[in-house]
Amino acid sequence: MSDTYIKRANRPLQFYAVVFLIVLYVPVLFLPLFSFNDSIYVKFPLKGFTFQWYIELLDREPVWESLMNSIKVGVTTSIIATGFGVLAAKAITRYRMPGRGPVVGFIMLPLVVPGIIFGVALLVLVSRMGIPLSLYTVTIGHVIVCLPFAIATLIPRFEGFDKSVEEASADLGENAWWTFWRITFPMVFPGIMASLLLTFTVSFDEFIMAFFLSGADATLPMYIWGQIRFPQAFPSILALASVILLVSFILVFLGQWINRGAQSGSLESK
Amino acid sequence: MTQNDAFISIRNVNKFFGNFQAINDVSLDIGHGEFFSLLGSSGCGKTTLLRMLAGFESVSSGEIYIDGQPMSGVPPHHRPVNMVFQSYAIFPHLNVRDNIAYGLRKLKLTRAKRNDMVDEMLELIKLPGYGDRKANQLSGGQRQRIALARSLILRPKVLLLDEPLGALDKQLREQMQLELRELQRTVGITFVFVTHDQEEALTLSDRIAVMSNGRTLQVDTPTRLYEAPVNREVASFIGTMNFFGGTVMSITDGNAEIDVVGLGKVVTKNTTPDLKSGQTVCIAVRPEKLTLTEADPAGSNQARGQLDNAAYLGDRSHYYVSIEGVSQPVVISAQNRQRVEGKAEMKRPVWLSWGNDAFVVLEHS
Repeated sequence: MSDTYIKRANRPLQFYAVVFLIVLYVPVLFLPLFSFNDSIYVKFPLKGFTFQWYIELLDREPVWESLMNSIKVGVTTSIIATGFGVLAAKAITRYRMPGRGPVVGFIMLPLVVPGIIFGVALLVLVSRMGIPLSLYTVTIGHVIVCLPFAIATLIPRFEGFDKSVEEASADLGENAWWTFWRITFPMVFPGIMASLLLTFTVSFDEFIMAFFLSGADATLPMYIWGQIRFPQAFPSILALASVILLVSFILVFLGQWINRGAQSGSLESK
Repeated sequence: MTQNDAFISIRNVNKFFGNFQAINDVSLDIGHGEFFSLLGSSGCGKTTLLRMLAGFESVSSGEIYIDGQPMSGVPPHHRPVNMVFQSYAIFPHLNVRDNIAYGLRKLKLTRAKRNDMVDEMLELIKLPGYGDRKANQLSGGQRQRIALARSLILRPKVLLLDEPLGALDKQLREQMQLELRELQRTVGITFVFVTHDQEEALTLSDRIAVMSNGRTLQVDTPTRLYEAPVNREVASFIGTMNFFGGTVMSITDGNAEIDVVGLGKVVTKNTTPDLKSGQTVCIAVRPEKLTLTEADPAGSNQARGQLDNAAYLGDRSHYYVSIEGVSQPVVISAQNRQRVEGKAEMKRPVWLSWGNDAFVVLEHS
């Protein structure tokens, strides 16, 4: 099979892929490397191996507080964004809508509008309306940022299955609500899980919106930002960043794995 | 059929998709327990009509009555009809048992009762013991039967079938045709069957509506459609037909004597009602109603031609004969037990002959 035209190994392309991955990940990998270094200075040569910075992290009360804040915001954001995402993806894929293209374009807009602009805009809006800054306002900002990710994850799932399956359910006596719960929901469930994991990760790592919209309660990225000024705290920040990196990677990978059959759903129903 | 015993009554129904008219003033009556087919090539509106019966498409104007009830505004889940989809639409995340029992939720049955009903259906569709199979472990024919069982378990008044045999291979399709017909007789409910396969429609149906461009051309029994098509379009869609031009010479006691180009005098009682002598007509004959001989059969009802070509079809052969004055070669079908020998020797003179009333008068101007 490996010598068919399409599947033939392509040396330059393999080389390109390797270079691509190195450029992408080597800078990031310096974080875990230095987080195990027995020195408060981030420089070569490495001094020695230590878990000291990780242990120090455990004793810091504000780290735990901001972690809990980030989890609260992340969970709420992921549920709201995925909920809206399901409705939007169903509407986009199932109904004959005038101006479908522009609607999808507008929904995807937060992906390309700079976060700082959205952050300032929301800050202006929120303060005009007299709403005090809190984790709630951060959540609102995060829902906007996460919605495109949720929709982009869910649309292939909705497109992947035969429309007549939903019609068959209606034909067998179920109204739209029951059809959704008995047919649509189970069939798009892997997409929903993937969307929840992905939007949680995006919210958990998000900084700019949180910077503008948070009040007294800091999220984890905000806490990291605040600690960067103190040299003696820096190795612990590296340790923290390494943990976040690992958890983020696991969550996104898990989401992709659950949702791996997104495009083959149509084959299953045929 | 009178309008009173019609079980499904389609009254002056039109359907527009934007500016495109998919259904054009269709009126049909379908009787109780009838096996009724909608036959036409793709894009003729047959599936749209079926989906309107199921409630997936609204009518633009007109009304559909099922069991005396007007169906406008009644959503699919409240209609006394069930549908077997072309793709079967088996629920991929449920096993066979849960697929078949899908529509039973509202009946609030005990598990035992529910399982009994499913087992009964599995027996009916000849798949006993398949209850725990996953949807993706089924073959095309099995999916088709599950889709049938899923609908029949609800005891609908009408079963709608959208080309349910289209995806099956020829042998399985023929077997399923017989099973479907037998099943319909067993359960005794009305079947409305959509197909583009004329043989399938002729085999299965009590009556057939031939459709084209959103209109019904003829609604009749298979025999009548084949023997007495109302116009050239129906005649050429159902089976093979030879068309000729001719002039009416005289009409006596319903028998028309027609001078047909290339054939001479033809007598038939299969005429249109208001035929007058002197009119130009289109007249047609089925290939199997013509007899091919190498010797002059003598007598009337015969014509001379030249054998151009022959197609061997196993049980029978089609012979193509050119006749002077007729543009298209005339097709003659003959069983191969009385085969005309010497296939290799083409371009030789032959004679065509026919019995009285073999010809049908289709149109006149």
